[in-house]
Amino acid sequence: MLRKVPAMLLALLLATGLAWAQAEDPPPAEPAETGETAETAEEAVLMEEGVEAEIISESDASIINATIGDGMIAPGGIVVSDWPNDAGDALLVTFEPGSETGNENHTGYAVYRRTQGEEELTLVGTMEIDDGTEFIDGYDPDYIVESGVQYEYQVAAVYLSGAEIASDPIAAQEVAGGQIFHTGKVRVLVGCALFLGLILFYFHAAQRGIEMYLRPIAGIEAIDEAIGRATEMGKPILYVPGLSTISDVATIASLTILGRVAKKVAEYGTPLLVPNRDPIVYTIAEETVKQAYMEAGRPDAFDKDSVFFLTQSQFAFVAGVNGIMMREKPATNFYLGMFWAESLILAETGSLSGAIQIAGTDAVTQLPFFITTCDYTLIGEELYAASAYLGREPKQLGSIKGQDACKGIIMAVITLGILLSLTDIIAGTDTLGWLRNLIAMPIVD
Amino acid sequence: MTETIGLWVAALFTIGIYSFLYKENPLYRLAEHLVIGISLGYFIVISYMRVLEPRLIEPISNGEQGAWLLLIPAILGILYITRFFPKVAWLSRYPMAFLMGAGMGVGFPLSMKAQVLRQLEASLIPLYKTGMSWEIVLGNVVMVLGTLAALIYFFFSKPHKGLFFGTGSKIGIWVIMVGFGATFGFTVMGRISLLIGRIQFLLGDWLHIIK
Repeated sequence: MLRKVPAMLLALLLATGLAWAQAEDPPPAEPAETGETAETAEEAVLMEEGVEAEIISESDASIINATIGDGMIAPGGIVVSDWPNDAGDALLVTFEPGSETGNENHTGYAVYRRTQGEEELTLVGTMEIDDGTEFIDGYDPDYIVESGVQYEYQVAAVYLSGAEIASDPIAAQEVAGGQIFHTGKVRVLVGCALFLGLILFYFHAAQRGIEMYLRPIAGIEAIDEAIGRATEMGKPILYVPGLSTISDVATIASLTILGRVAKKVAEYGTPLLVPNRDPIVYTIAEETVKQAYMEAGRPDAFDKDSVFFLTQSQFAFVAGVNGIMMREKPATNFYLGMFWAESLILAETGSLSGAIQIAGTDAVTQLPFFITTCDYTLIGEELYAASAYLGREPKQLGSIKGQDACKGIIMAVITLGILLSLTDIIAGTDTLGWLRNLIAMPIVD
Repeated sequence: MTETIGLWVAALFTIGIYSFLYKENPLYRLAEHLVIGISLGYFIVISYMRVLEPRLIEPISNGEQGAWLLLIPAILGILYITRFFPKVAWLSRYPMAFLMGAGMGVGFPLSMKAQVLRQLEASLIPLYKTGMSWEIVLGNVVMVLGTLAALIYFFFSKPHKGLFFGTGSKIGIWVIMVGFGATFGFTVMGRISLLIGRIQFLLGDWLHIIK
């Protein structure tokens, strides 16, 4: 019964406080009947369960006083440690909850920080009550954590009324520091090493003269035919190296194919048009075509206006390329690289202009459009393999064989997963879980 | 008044671009050249306002700590301009080589994580567990076996003949095409909604035929 008295008193005071807060002219605050003394809202200090805390809210003092009786406790036990596997730009702040479990008025926490020696605390983050009691400081770009700087932290419990009860600022036990080796990415390292090792192995095997078979891919075999068609018709070839940046694997693959196509075009003396969306890709495409003309022994035939920059705007670029297609009427269109929503617009216009079209991308959402509108489509990895197919150089053939070996490993792991799953069904074990844990990686590094 | 002019310009250019559906014509050409020119000018301003000024000029002119490091990318960027001077044009290959090398170096582990390890993890699912409905069990079996078949299709160094590679790759291409069919339908729905948006603009905002 005695335990209910403060709760009832609190409810009464809270209701009164809320009524005052909603009134246009709230009456002056009165001391609460809890035995606590609060001189001002900003400076009131609550002593409870041995935790010294100060109320830092600007809310009405009566509300704050009213909530004091509800066992509002400032968060305690603040521990600040360096966030592992980063560049020294994050700290982990952990603390103990600041309220009795199940207190509906307790909505979350506010984390404040200041550099040691400074007066003013800055709010660096807020948390909902369900977010737990761990806060990673440094993720918000507005409040960056600097490596090696000594910070002080304060955590406040936030209540429904807007009141905040905060602990005393404490000096962080650790400062942020960077790590050279990311222990969470060991699996990526092992995977990369394995894949690179296999590719290098077959790479050297190819260099030693070992014959390597490549199955025919219709889209790649049609490239020569398409160049020949344009040559016979005396019309240009349009080559769009995608709309992405140079960091995209598909763009790099496309530029390699462009080199092969440009070499053949130089040999046949066929006009080439290469519109670009990305300025960096444009410069590299120009260099690639120039180099191809030199390799073909026709540097004089290179027209620097054949590779050009249009605009960075996605649909303005498409409008431009469509106009070129309808005006220049190229005999062959290549769309190789990364494409987004413009894929269908480009390919449909190309189809209307009567050109033979060869497309290739690793964008799963755009492949269906190319398949329906183009004569040949290189699906995903076929685009990456196209360069080796066209060049037939031992080194590149070796890399294709190495990639196949990597796929073989992946297939073996999936097959092992099927077998373990069947074992689990029969024996009631969890061996598949073990295999998954061997590969699984945390979503956030 | 300004709003009305903007509305008319937007509507006429929308019609100009749509007129391409009939054939390439001067109105489309006008819209095409304007949109390319304006977008290019816009991006130049954006590049200066959002990249060069806040991330290069301001930190250096304010003497921010470590800002001198920004001079390295700035010099690399300036090297691109050497393309206009044939005698020193070779210098522009340095930033290109740097970008391609960095792109590959950063991209490789990211691809390994996102496109290999994560996908592999996602395919290691229990085929059956107590309480699973038959639809989920069937879905799991199709997903795992379909992944295997699609991988067989992408084997380049083996002829697609025989039971394993021949039949496997045929099943694989079917699985891939079924997936593409679903993607096609899903994306077309999105495009139709874009078309509806434009028609609503023309008939509603511009002509006030519909509300």
